[in-house]
Amino acid sequence: MNIRAQISVVFHLDKCLGCHTCSLACKNIWTDRPGTEYMWWNNVETKPGAGYPSLWEDQQKYKGGWDAGGKLKSTSKSRIVANIFHHPSMPTMDDYYEPWTYDYQELFNAPEGADQPTARPISLVTGKHIDIEAGPNWDDDLGGSPIYAAHDPNLAGLTAQQRQQLFAVEQLVFFYLPRICNHCLNPACVAACPSAALYKRGEDGIVLLDQKRCRAWRACVPACPYKKSYYNWSTGKSEKCILCFPRIETGQAPACFHACVGRIRYLGVLLYDADRIREAAARPNDELIDAHRSLILDPFDPEVIAGARKCNMPESTIAAAQKSPVYQYVKVWKLALPPHVEFRTLPMLFYVPPMAPVMAARQGDALNHVSQDLFHDIEQARVPIAYLANLLAAGNESKIGYALRKQKAVRWYRRAQTVGDVDAQTALRMLREADCSAEEADAIYRLTALSTFEERFVIPAGHRELGVEALQDPLKHKQQAGFGFIAGPRRGL
Amino acid sequence: MIGSSALAWIKDILDPQQRGWEEFYRNRWQHDKVVRSTHGVNCTGSCTWMIYVKNGLVTWELQGLDYGALESGLPPYEPRGCQRGITFSWHLYSPTRVRYPYIRGALLDLWKKARAMHDDPVAAWKSLVEDPQARRRWQQARGKGGLRRTDWDTVLEIMAASNVHTIKTHGPDRIIGFSPIPAMSMISHACGSRMLQLMGGVLISFYDWYCDLPPASPEAWGEQTDVPESADWFNAKLLAVMGSNLNMTRTPDCHFACEARHNGSKMWVFAPDFNQVAKYADEWVAINAGQDGAWWMAVNHVLLKEFHHDRQTPYFTDYLKKYSDSPYLVELIEDGAEYRCGQLLRANRLAAYRGVENGDWKFLMWDQAEKRPKMPMGSAGFRWGKEKGKWNLVLQDGLDQSAIDPMLTFLSDHDAVLQVRFDDFGQASTISRGVPVRRIATADGRTALVTTVFDLLMAQYGVPRGLGKGYPRNYDDDAPYTPAWAEKYTGMGRETLIRFAREWAATAEKTGGKCTIIIGAGINHWYHGNLIYRAGIHALILCGCVGVNGGGLAHYVGQEKLAPMEPWSAIAFAKDWLPAPRLQNGPSFHYVHTDQWRYEKEFSDYHALPVSSERSALAGGHTMDVQVRAVRSGWLPFYPQFNRNSLEIVREARAAGAESDAEVVDYVVEELKSGRLKFAVEDPDAPENWPRVWYIWRGNALLASAKGHEYFLKHYLGTHTNAIAEDLAKDSVKEVVWRDEAPEGKLDLVVDLNFRMDSSALYSDIILPAATWYEKADLNSTDMHSFIHPLSAAVPPCWESKTDWQIFRAIAEKFSELAARHFPDPIADLVASPLAHDSPAEIAQPDMKDWKAGEVEAVPGLTMPALKVVERDYKNLARQYISFGPSARKNGLGAHGTHYGIEPEYDEALRTRPTVAWEGHSYPSLAEDQHVCDVILNFATVTNGELSHRAYREMEEKVGLPLAHLAEKQRSVRTSFEDIVSRPRRLLNSPMWSGLTNDGRPYAPFTYNVECLVPWRTLTGRQHLYLDHPLYLEFGEHLPTHKPKPSATQYADLQFTEEAGPTLMLNYLTPHGKWHIHSTYGDNFRMTTLSRGVEPLWLNDQDAAAIDVADNDWVELFNDHGVMVTRAAVSARIPRGICLVYHAPERTCSIPKSPLRKYRRAGGHNSLTRTRLKPNLMAGGYGQFTYHLNYWGPVGCNRDTHILVRKLPDLKW
Repeated sequence: MNIRAQISVVFHLDKCLGCHTCSLACKNIWTDRPGTEYMWWNNVETKPGAGYPSLWEDQQKYKGGWDAGGKLKSTSKSRIVANIFHHPSMPTMDDYYEPWTYDYQELFNAPEGADQPTARPISLVTGKHIDIEAGPNWDDDLGGSPIYAAHDPNLAGLTAQQRQQLFAVEQLVFFYLPRICNHCLNPACVAACPSAALYKRGEDGIVLLDQKRCRAWRACVPACPYKKSYYNWSTGKSEKCILCFPRIETGQAPACFHACVGRIRYLGVLLYDADRIREAAARPNDELIDAHRSLILDPFDPEVIAGARKCNMPESTIAAAQKSPVYQYVKVWKLALPPHVEFRTLPMLFYVPPMAPVMAARQGDALNHVSQDLFHDIEQARVPIAYLANLLAAGNESKIGYALRKQKAVRWYRRAQTVGDVDAQTALRMLREADCSAEEADAIYRLTALSTFEERFVIPAGHRELGVEALQDPLKHKQQAGFGFIAGPRRGL
Repeated sequence: MIGSSALAWIKDILDPQQRGWEEFYRNRWQHDKVVRSTHGVNCTGSCTWMIYVKNGLVTWELQGLDYGALESGLPPYEPRGCQRGITFSWHLYSPTRVRYPYIRGALLDLWKKARAMHDDPVAAWKSLVEDPQARRRWQQARGKGGLRRTDWDTVLEIMAASNVHTIKTHGPDRIIGFSPIPAMSMISHACGSRMLQLMGGVLISFYDWYCDLPPASPEAWGEQTDVPESADWFNAKLLAVMGSNLNMTRTPDCHFACEARHNGSKMWVFAPDFNQVAKYADEWVAINAGQDGAWWMAVNHVLLKEFHHDRQTPYFTDYLKKYSDSPYLVELIEDGAEYRCGQLLRANRLAAYRGVENGDWKFLMWDQAEKRPKMPMGSAGFRWGKEKGKWNLVLQDGLDQSAIDPMLTFLSDHDAVLQVRFDDFGQASTISRGVPVRRIATADGRTALVTTVFDLLMAQYGVPRGLGKGYPRNYDDDAPYTPAWAEKYTGMGRETLIRFAREWAATAEKTGGKCTIIIGAGINHWYHGNLIYRAGIHALILCGCVGVNGGGLAHYVGQEKLAPMEPWSAIAFAKDWLPAPRLQNGPSFHYVHTDQWRYEKEFSDYHALPVSSERSALAGGHTMDVQVRAVRSGWLPFYPQFNRNSLEIVREARAAGAESDAEVVDYVVEELKSGRLKFAVEDPDAPENWPRVWYIWRGNALLASAKGHEYFLKHYLGTHTNAIAEDLAKDSVKEVVWRDEAPEGKLDLVVDLNFRMDSSALYSDIILPAATWYEKADLNSTDMHSFIHPLSAAVPPCWESKTDWQIFRAIAEKFSELAARHFPDPIADLVASPLAHDSPAEIAQPDMKDWKAGEVEAVPGLTMPALKVVERDYKNLARQYISFGPSARKNGLGAHGTHYGIEPEYDEALRTRPTVAWEGHSYPSLAEDQHVCDVILNFATVTNGELSHRAYREMEEKVGLPLAHLAEKQRSVRTSFEDIVSRPRRLLNSPMWSGLTNDGRPYAPFTYNVECLVPWRTLTGRQHLYLDHPLYLEFGEHLPTHKPKPSATQYADLQFTEEAGPTLMLNYLTPHGKWHIHSTYGDNFRMTTLSRGVEPLWLNDQDAAAIDVADNDWVELFNDHGVMVTRAAVSARIPRGICLVYHAPERTCSIPKSPLRKYRRAGGHNSLTRTRLKPNLMAGGYGQFTYHLNYWGPVGCNRDTHILVRKLPDLKW
């Protein structure tokens, strides 16, 4: 066993309200500079929808991730040189958007005229007037649904009836999918970089892109199937989500986690066996979820603890792994699932699938709901299991059904406890059928509904003194920190 | 290496040197200072934010995480803050920032010329405004560019001169001010208001004008709005969410609703479109737009039938008896062969109670035990009598103290069953239904026919109880208000509705009322919004859901909860110096002064009225006539008051021999009676009755909130307009002078304080650079949570900006400087005010008698507005402004009917806190923003436990029950500004608020009333299901009912508009949006980037296809009122027949020209609206129907508007 620590995260999609506060917390701090305008290290998508960049999930188009044989789809040794100047599956500005602002000064400076002045949109790329045709969140809340939602790649393979579920009664259903870099165990971006500018940090698994080493090959951009590496046209370096490592290192949640008002996000350490990554990533689609989960080790297992110690893992990290809410959601409760595990990068961001309102049927002039169920009728919900399975389980519907059934059973159980209009025996039976004990149900309820900041984010000690010590005596560092001139990354070699 | 050995790339430990570059991102994260503040914006969010400062500049913000925890078992309040708030740091240094004072160039040029000719600035201003050509010159330039940077001295002088001139020439009540929603930054609101009130100017209300005031709340509860804090949603076991898109507008609180679901709560969402909050729903009811009232009417039918009649639910029955007006006796009036509903039977009609004090305002229940009518305590008559200690909800007779076991229904014990007439507005007909009745002998020897409110409800809702014909047979019978009937309106099936009703009642029964309706602007903005709300409120009251944690009506629109109200209102309305402020209800003001009344005929064209009832002139005709009557009778305020200068009137009275104030008032009454003096509202288009100078701060009064924006441009500003509507009212109005030529450009001067160049700034004459929310000290509170926290300065006011408090202080100082010459001595003003809620005027008018018609004597404060002589000291106004005045010490403080003395605290403040001294007296200082914050915190019951205790003590005397124990544990708490800067502080229990918060209990309204038996501030002291005001009887709204939505033809927004090519008519809805809080943030490029660069028109894909519109095409939206050009967001999410433009885009960014309106610049969302007022909401002087600012009066609704849409043929900038 090669036991490593990975800071991993869970996004509870049932709780997401689609506000994008996360995106902006990130933007203010990290991508508010020339060249980064179009970068949304954190973005939120309406599903069904095309996402950002448009149709990123379509690997026919973008060729991201790995094939089952362990080869990158985007490039290979033989193609890399040929593709240096033109990469055929590189997203273009049309797949992103042309960032813009407005000519606000016109409002102050327009001379008196016959009509009201207006601030026209101007391109942040060219500085000229622009006709806005796309944005990073263009199909928010199903805007342009006939164009965008209708072409969501996750609709592939859905039956006519399942599509009807989504598109029922002339109105669509939707939910939100917030996305950051998955800090994968098997990151295609890292593998694709000809300059070895990308690496995965040993202490926490955060994938970083070295702003000194980057040589603008941009191979990471197409390689990442989630399109979470972006090219900075101003510095000539690619950049990506850094999981706010300066905050993590100082015991603070990443900005997008901090800012999440839906309280949907959880962060904690997972211990995994690095020796088994390749094997897990090579399994057939329907085994991928289990294979991925099996990499995650039990932090209470004495053997695992001993192995971790052997790998020089600090005790504080092991302790953090034992308190990790992510471990509960992913491994113990099996409520959280990785996105598009079939891309085979082994993403370490997991989603709890959302519940959805029940369908309705038209009877004469009136609509009636088709289910009498008190809560979420899994079979009759407007979001079909098949759709969620395409997104979160490589098509494996049983994994989605399991997670939804358990969520529902916990609700029944809590109903029985707090109202008493549903029978306690029925609630316990539902729990059993959902593979859940009463204790587990209480724990799920508490972490889902009541958890505090400290319970949601269990951040391992940063031990920066060790990191500094590798370069310099920490006392000297303390005395000297902040003096000197800082140079940003520059374009070129 | 690639591919074949990919894992080799994943190094656990790299060369440490190679990781030195990581400093790049660490350096970015490092910062110099973190400061707590928030956003003073009208979203009700009230989120605590930490502002990061680096190199002396604000760089970004993140939410604070230190709200204290509430009781265990609740999710915590963190983080709070949304996508809009987190972009605010952009505004400080943005290109829209107003960095310096600006002035309209045309005005500046004229001013300089005039100033060169006149040494006295007042004379200079006079020369300009009295030169019609000069005045038109700058009026017509408004909004058309030509702004110039100027300096503070110049603009202060112009403003001061215009104030002095206006006061001298027209009267102080021609100077008006508008700033919305104080709670969001209460010091910044109070400043302009204070300056105006010291001056005699007028403050315009906002909550009702925004249509955020739910009139059903005063109707039912005598309360402006009182709602649970959001944490209490978690206690609800059934959440019905309607007209409130929690994700969009309650962003920081939305999680409580979701988390409640994970605790086994059921969530129903009602919305015509699959909106954001519908994603949380267990059941999304795709209800037809605006038909939620029909749903609730039928739900109530089921509730009454199954849970009150077929089976009586003890909890519900007991609750109705104790806490509602259901057992009260209502008189039935013979009307032909049938009977109709009358008023509550007054206690003094019976011999037993003939001589009781205020017997017209005490009412009767039928006691089951003694089988006689009894007079329960707690009504308005007990509240305002000399006898104290009987204003409570104890079920005892107010005369002999015998116990009352009220009879809810006479069904099993009646003298007769009479056929009573009920209105069916849907069919424009009436229904006759049998009602059980008792005969009661009255003192004058007649027999009163009475039934109970409960029996009338049973009959109105159509619950068959074996009382003869007229009732529906079953749920499938299409008669009001069965589940089958509701289908026609709601589009939702009866099975779903019945299941909902049963779940509702079962949940309430099991949990003791833990059903909550979360409701908002999506409902309240319909013309008949009060009826829709009321139907929902009935479902709550019928199942005992009000006044319990986890239950009730959760209405959140507009940050109306200003927690430390008592000292704040003393400061804001200058009550610490002067006795009578001028407070104006916005809807009436703008409806009248922007001449929107001229563009409509009789309101009965669109407002369904009873078909065959006795009606006075008020229940028909033109809204303007009811408005005039409402002012004359003291029901509503109106300013300017009179067609003469209110200073001159006092001078005249004194010249005519009046010596005392009372004689001055007598003189004015005589002048009014003789017709020599007129109310300005009777002739609003006469130049002497125009408002003249307008201060706008903290709001976007000219666009975002300006229903009928284009009429604002035309009649207020006198600039260009895209309205094409023509005058219609001439032959419909009777009480108002008709002038064939409508005036354009009533306002001499428009001043806007702003930190960004918004639409109002763009159209103003003077734009003053205001400090942002990260540059000043201020206070912030909300009803979404129970904490108070500060705004504080992360950086000082940037460039030449000042805080609002300091701007108005500077204006006051310049004004006082000029006043020293023009008003060297104090001067008397006569202030007219309407009959006031929470005052004895609640029992002023038992019926609607008109003094002008000779029906009743003209008595100020009783049958007409109150009149008061007020001394103004203009020379010292600036000193008064910065001094917490002596009247506060002398009179004490209070709000919502509470009162407490503050003498010890006031004197202590003189010793221990900053003071100002002038003319030999010292006062607690209000000179600096933070001084004001501290005075408010020090003198408010919610932040000073001793004062809260004192206020409860006083309340005990009124109520006659123990209350002070509610404050016992908190007596030693005192909160300072520094305290709340260190951490938000929880509000204390206070008798001013109806919720209890001890020991971390979440605030839920009316728990105080239910648990401590303190009456609601209504007619009976109970929650009102029945509204017996004569005007309500005439309008057929005495009972809950369903009035049809006004049709497009009736509402007449398209009378002068012609179709131009393929067009589509759509109902135009403007719900709150995702990317802005009203117009704020909507011009922030971050927000436009995450949307579509403009606020688009959302429409259905098939509707779009019908007019050949594809997604993102430019479209032109138009009607009689104006035009808007934007892009289309085509989505199957939107049902056919409606469209959405989310409230409220600016007209400053990305606005093309309109081909249809002569290629003039298109407008904003309010270019397509015009307000119409609902006349029965003008009633006054009667229980809960008594005016208070932002509490009562008509609301500025606009949801029933229709527009035409077409593809824009020609994009021109």
